[in-house]
Amino acid sequence: MSQLRFTKDHEWVRVEGTTATVGITEFAQGQLGDVVFVEVPTKGKALNAGGEAAVVESVKAASEVYAPVSGSVTEGNAALPDAPDTVNKDPQGAGWFFKMTISNPSELDALMDQAAYDKFVADAS
Amino acid sequence: MADPAGADLKTTPLNALHISLGGKMVPFAGYSMPVQYPLGVLKEHLHTRAHAGLFDVSHMGQAELTGDDVIGALESLIPGDLKGLAAGRIRYSTLLTETGGIIDDLMITKPAEPGSEKKLFLIVNAGCKEGDFDHILRRLGSRIKLTRFEDRALLALQGPSAAKVLVRFAAGCDAMAFMSSRVAKFALASGHDVDVRLFRSGYTGEDGYEISIPGDRAEAVANALLAQPEIQPIGLGARDSLRLEAGLCLYGSDIDTTTTPVEANLSWIIGKRRKLEGGFPGANKIIEQINMGAQKMRVGIQPIGKAPARAHTEILDEIGKTIGEITSGGFGPSVNKPVAMGYIQTAFATPGTKVQLMVRGQTLPAEVVALPFAPHRYFKSKS
Repeated sequence: MSQLRFTKDHEWVRVEGTTATVGITEFAQGQLGDVVFVEVPTKGKALNAGGEAAVVESVKAASEVYAPVSGSVTEGNAALPDAPDTVNKDPQGAGWFFKMTISNPSELDALMDQAAYDKFVADAS
Repeated sequence: MADPAGADLKTTPLNALHISLGGKMVPFAGYSMPVQYPLGVLKEHLHTRAHAGLFDVSHMGQAELTGDDVIGALESLIPGDLKGLAAGRIRYSTLLTETGGIIDDLMITKPAEPGSEKKLFLIVNAGCKEGDFDHILRRLGSRIKLTRFEDRALLALQGPSAAKVLVRFAAGCDAMAFMSSRVAKFALASGHDVDVRLFRSGYTGEDGYEISIPGDRAEAVANALLAQPEIQPIGLGARDSLRLEAGLCLYGSDIDTTTTPVEANLSWIIGKRRKLEGGFPGANKIIEQINMGAQKMRVGIQPIGKAPARAHTEILDEIGKTIGEITSGGFGPSVNKPVAMGYIQTAFATPGTKVQLMVRGQTLPAEVVALPFAPHRYFKSKS
């Protein structure tokens, strides 16, 4: 069973055992607008929770994608740099940014579940 | 969002229209303005270059100067030749500090209509308008009268279809020369005419018009234009990417009081007669820069890879020495690659010069290029 968690920076993280897939949420892609550039981390890159992990840029602005938890990158989404608009079209599916190992599962406790994130977005807008 | 714009922001006469069109409203120069509509920045940009777009630029300052020697008076604040400006024509110029810095860039129109021989029409930047008008009054108050048109709206209709759309409402406007202006009747379907002033000018590099309209008729005019199949509403986001591709300066980013027109690569705005006679603020410094060269120049910067370089990105030479800074940068939807401009030491300003950009702690290859990135497609009159 996978579980979906969210950060206050509008990343989603799908947890399967000790690994996770990370991307940005539907709300985040909407706020960002048309994504024109993506930089994903390479395999083996060490990530600290809250640290910069990837880059996403729209026509107007550059944003960082932060690591939701600590761990090590196992795969960056190699398809994204050549098709950055995938982030707009399918942010929580094909638009994933990277997969990683989870070195400290207790960090997941600080993240929001779907209901809490929905409320977080509603309150912010 | 409830009211992201906040309470203290001014609104334009088209505010209700922006909201009904789904505009995403953001604070800009003290106004609540649409940064984009549901189409989104990328498609709005491409639509403008393919067809035409309608922009609300009512936040900009509109004013009329009147005086027996209005031309001589305004020439004392700008480097442009207004004496040589024909009636009905528009000149792009800059208000200058005593050291030749740019207080603002503006459009100056010499109206052709009878009775307007002692008048000039000004359009200045929204964020600068209070300061500009104060400056003009302080310097010229005894020589001219300044009338602000706070109640007028300003629309920009930009793109290759602009003329064929506007001519449906304003007969003959398609024959207007680039950088010309005249008053016109905008014929609404209701049979009512709206008195407007047309300018064949813009901020996208495309053919198009700016239309000054009484504020209370602006929504009717905008709706009439938006009902045309070629037209989409366009927000400030695409306005910025369009002007950047066109190599046009954004005040406060690419030009300000620390840059002269020569450094800004705007030497063409300095009239031949003005170069000889001087008599404008900072003339000594500016004329010396024309003759001897300036220390830094505004240039186009083409990042070689896919990563955009944003404003304030450091420009380095091939051995890693800082030689300049990006002042505007982003992604150019029409050229489909990153585009930027910035200031660089003059020794490196030749197109083709290889440079590096410091982006997120890494150096990325780039090249100095001639502006614009997207070729200008202004209207050329058949003579």
